[in-house]
Amino acid sequence: MSLVLLIDFGSTYTKVTAVDKEAKALLGTAAAYTTVATDINEGLEKALADLRKILPAAVDLESAQRFACSSAAGGLRMVTSGLVPSLTAEAARLASLGAGAKVVKVFSYELTEDDLEEIESLKPDIFLLTGGTDGGNKACILHNAAILSQCQSEFPILLAGNRSCAKECEALLAGREVYRCENVMPKMNQLNIEPVQNKIREIFLHKIIQAKGLSKAKELISGILMPTPAALMAAMELLAKGTACQKGLGDLMAVDLGGATTDVYSMARGLPQGEDTVMKGLQEPYAKRTVEGDIGMRYSAGGILAAAGTDKLAALSGLTPCEVEELVEYVTSHTDVLPGSPGTDARLAALDFALAAAAVETAMTRHAGSLEQIYTPTGPSYIQTGKDLREVGQLVVTGGAIIHNHNTAAIVKQALYSQDCPFSLKPRKVNIFIDRRYILAAMGLLADKDPDCALAIMREELEFHGA
Amino acid sequence: MQGKTLILGVIGADVHAVGNKILYHAFRQAGFEVVNLGVMVSQEEFIEAAIETAAAAIVVASLYGHGELDCRGMREKCQEAGLADILLYVGGNIVVGKQPFEEVEIRFKDMGFDRVFPPGTLPDAVIDALREDLQP
Repeated sequence: MSLVLLIDFGSTYTKVTAVDKEAKALLGTAAAYTTVATDINEGLEKALADLRKILPAAVDLESAQRFACSSAAGGLRMVTSGLVPSLTAEAARLASLGAGAKVVKVFSYELTEDDLEEIESLKPDIFLLTGGTDGGNKACILHNAAILSQCQSEFPILLAGNRSCAKECEALLAGREVYRCENVMPKMNQLNIEPVQNKIREIFLHKIIQAKGLSKAKELISGILMPTPAALMAAMELLAKGTACQKGLGDLMAVDLGGATTDVYSMARGLPQGEDTVMKGLQEPYAKRTVEGDIGMRYSAGGILAAAGTDKLAALSGLTPCEVEELVEYVTSHTDVLPGSPGTDARLAALDFALAAAAVETAMTRHAGSLEQIYTPTGPSYIQTGKDLREVGQLVVTGGAIIHNHNTAAIVKQALYSQDCPFSLKPRKVNIFIDRRYILAAMGLLADKDPDCALAIMREELEFHGA
Repeated sequence: MQGKTLILGVIGADVHAVGNKILYHAFRQAGFEVVNLGVMVSQEEFIEAAIETAAAAIVVASLYGHGELDCRGMREKCQEAGLADILLYVGGNIVVGKQPFEEVEIRFKDMGFDRVFPPGTLPDAVIDALREDLQP
C-alpha cells in the first residue's frame, strides 16, 4: 500500500483524506474545526484521530506522505493594481483569482495618497502591480511604484507590468521585497497569467505560510502546496482534460456554494459559436475562477436577497415576501444554523432552497459571458463578451448548502440557460456531479503528484446526479 | 517610425473586415506597431487600447455611412482620458450619400480629427501622413 494523506486547512474545517495510490482508491475522510488561533496541529490531530477510527487497523497513517492546501487565516489575501479597468486591471484580477487568492481590492489608473492609506489598512499578503502592455504606457506603473514605496506595512510586491520599465519600478521599490515576472498582458487583449500565478504560488509557499503561523504544521507535512481554491482549480482542470491514459469529462463548470462567498469555475474556451458574433474585450483564460463575495448562504444571505429580489426568493420558496425577509435576517445573524441540518423547520428549508437556487443562478450568470445584439445595415449582429458556455455539458457542485439539499437538480435547473435571458451564455443542459465527500481540494493536491490516481478517484467518488 | 504604436479598427456597428486587414498589413510593413481591434469597435475600446499601449495615433475606419454619428465626441473622450494630444485619423465612406468631401473634411476636423481621408484613399497616403505628423 502506498498511503497518501491530503489535508485541507479550511477557514472553518480541517479536512483530511486518506488515499491508497497503488489501488487508486479513497480510504476515508474526516474533518475537525480548524485551530489557527492556537496551534493548527490541534485541529489536524483531532481530524486524524477521527480518520483512524474509520480506517482498518492495518493502515499506518504515520508512514503516509502528507500534502496540504490552506485557506485558513483569511486565505491568500491580495490587492491588485492595473491601468485601464477592463484591461490590465482585469488581467491582474483574473490571474490572482486563478491562483486561488482572495482579491480584496482592485485598483486602476494612478494610485492616490488615499489609496495608499487604504492599502495600509487592507494589509494584503501580496500586492500585484501591473499596468501597460510591453512597450506601452510606463507613466502609470512608475507612479504607482513610487506611491507603494512610501507604504509602511511590509508585504511582498509582485511586479508584472510593462517590461520596458520593470527595472525602473524595481529601483523605485528598492528596500522592499519585490518579485518580478512577465507582463500579465504583454500585448493588447492578450492574457499571460501563468507566470504570475506560478510566482504567486512560490511566494505563498515561502512567505505566506510562515507569516500566518501555518508553518507549525509544516514539520509534519511534506509541504503546504497551494491555497485551497488553487487545489480545486487543479482538480477541475484534471477532471476536464484527463491524462494520457484516462479521458477527462471535457468542458465543465463547477460551483462551490459557501456560507460567505460563492466560487464558480469553468474549464472551457468559450469561443463564439455563430458567424455573426464578434468577440470583444480581454481574452478569457481556459481555466477561469470567479468569486462572488456578496453571495453566500449565511454571512452573505443579504447579498443574495439584494441580487435576486424578495419577489424572486418568495416565488422560489413558496413563502410570503415578509417571511423571506424575516428568515434572511434570521440566517444572517444565526450563521451556525447549517443548511440541511436535521430538524430544520420546513420554512427554513424552503428558504434555503430559494437562497441556494438564486445564489447559484447569480454566480453563474456573473461568471458566464453575454451577448449584445447590434443592428447593422446588413442585419443583426452580436457582440460577445466573456465565455460562451452554452455547450458545456458537465457541472460539478460542492459546498454544504448544495450537497445536503435533496433538490440539487432543481437548484441547478434555475441557474441554466433560459429563454427568458437569451443573452446570458450559461450551459443549456448539464450532467450534475456532486462532491458529496468534499474530496475536490484533496484531489487537486494529489493531481500534482499522481494525476491518474486523482482522476480515477474523482470519477469513482463524484456522485452522478442526473442530467 | 520604428516602435510607434497605432490603434486600428472599424468603428461602430460596421463589419467591413477586408480593408481593415489590408491596412493592418500595410502599416506593419511600414514599420509601425499596430494594435488591430478589428470590426465593431467602440470609441471606448479605441481609447482604452491607446492608453494601455501608449499609442501615438488612433486610425478609425468606417465604411457603412454612419461614421459621423459613431465618431462624435471621440476627441472629447480622448481629452478626458488623458490623451489630449493623440493623433486622430478617420477615413472611408464616413458620411451618408454623396457629399462634397471638402465639407465632410471640415466637419470631421471640427470634431477634432487631425486628418480625414476620402473614399478610395490608398494605404500609402495614410502612411505618408503618419510619418509627417509623427516626426519627432
